[in-house]
Amino acid sequence: MDRIIVAGASLAGLRSVESLRAHGFHGEIVAIGDETHPPYTRPPLSKTSLTTSAPLDEVLIPYTAEATWKLGRKIVGCNLDGGRVALDDGSSEDFDGLVIATGLRARRLTIPGPVGGRHVLRTLEDARELAGELQPGRTVLIVGASFIACEVASSARARNCRVIVVAPEDHPMLRVVGAEVGAALQARHAADGVEFHLGTLPVRFEGTDRVTGVVLNDGTELPVDVVVEAVGCSPSVDWLAGNRLDLTDGVLCDNTMRVIGTGNAVAVGDVARFPNPLFDTVPRRIEHWTMAGDTADRAAGSLLGVVPDHVPFTPLPSFWSDQLGVRIQGFGVPALAEEYTLVSGSLDADFAVAGYRENTLVAVFGIGRRRDVSRLRTELLDSAVNSPV
Amino acid sequence: MKITVDMVKCEDHGQCVFAAPDVFDYNDDDTLVWDSEPADTQLAKVQHAAAVCPVSAITIES
Repeated sequence: MDRIIVAGASLAGLRSVESLRAHGFHGEIVAIGDETHPPYTRPPLSKTSLTTSAPLDEVLIPYTAEATWKLGRKIVGCNLDGGRVALDDGSSEDFDGLVIATGLRARRLTIPGPVGGRHVLRTLEDARELAGELQPGRTVLIVGASFIACEVASSARARNCRVIVVAPEDHPMLRVVGAEVGAALQARHAADGVEFHLGTLPVRFEGTDRVTGVVLNDGTELPVDVVVEAVGCSPSVDWLAGNRLDLTDGVLCDNTMRVIGTGNAVAVGDVARFPNPLFDTVPRRIEHWTMAGDTADRAAGSLLGVVPDHVPFTPLPSFWSDQLGVRIQGFGVPALAEEYTLVSGSLDADFAVAGYRENTLVAVFGIGRRRDVSRLRTELLDSAVNSPV
Repeated sequence: MKITVDMVKCEDHGQCVFAAPDVFDYNDDDTLVWDSEPADTQLAKVQHAAAVCPVSAITIES
């Protein structure tokens, strides 16, 4: 293998370049990304990037690994059998091996109304545009109640905006933390001044060029100045069409991170859907910061043939969210949990919570309580060692 | 190998403690402590710790 294309130049792309070098690859690496910035880290975009005038270099990731970076170039097509990608400037690049690291793009609402004043938050440019809109006294509508939605709510309150959260679920962050913890965190956000309209959906925006209000499906009309559409992301896989791949919700991989149906391609980061024997045999995408590095390491090892296929890949998902001046830190896949147990503390202060599926530990998270969280994290890893692969 | 942790950048994620527990730890006050000149046998783990630090606060000099 002489020439590897890394498609995507964000965290997962960078970690792939580094991992290929760390696994001893001395050939040519070309990393291609549609954003104009060198690799940067996204977690601050919903936090300090919105609340401070943090300079660009605060989010850039330092690196030394050698590669040719083609930034601001979008890959528009790929012929896997022929080993070639097509770029938006009409040029093409040949490869012996391909690392798919194109990540996600933010979904948008498709309801009627003006587009002015409506934002998503995925890229550095998105964060810059939104930061400029969070002026004190403005009313910010956040559609969605995910971790990122709640982080933006917290940041907007810190900028003295009025904040309204509208989402279909009954509690914020429901899928991750469950109803009880979600309700407790909702109470904290409410005490911080956030107004919730849960169990509802926006059906229409008011205004001519710019949003001035929103109408919800329960008939409620609210005046708003700024909208943040935090309604999830879609995998960026259009460019892979025509290669007989399973592109349903990302790129389907086996447990070695090889793309199923190919001999020369691996996928990494948010875009990769792969089974993790730590939990079960169901392929899933894991949208966590640390997963970019974990999958990049394994994918590079598999692509170069230096990590044997029979060695199971069992990365422990690790996640965190900073909001309301505290950090929620966790491990595992809380979305798999059927029931949650309070291990220590109380939900209105510091706490550790364990999530179980059929009496098997699948997740732990908490605010503070580092020792309890850490102990359960070890338990999660140990249960994996004992489980059949 | 010499390790530096930029404690201005550090946000207390604790990922380094999981990646290289023989080098990084929390003391009884929940403050990060580390061996600034660990044995070379720890290199791979320390490199992993630097890579998983969400704020790139760890630098390694050989």
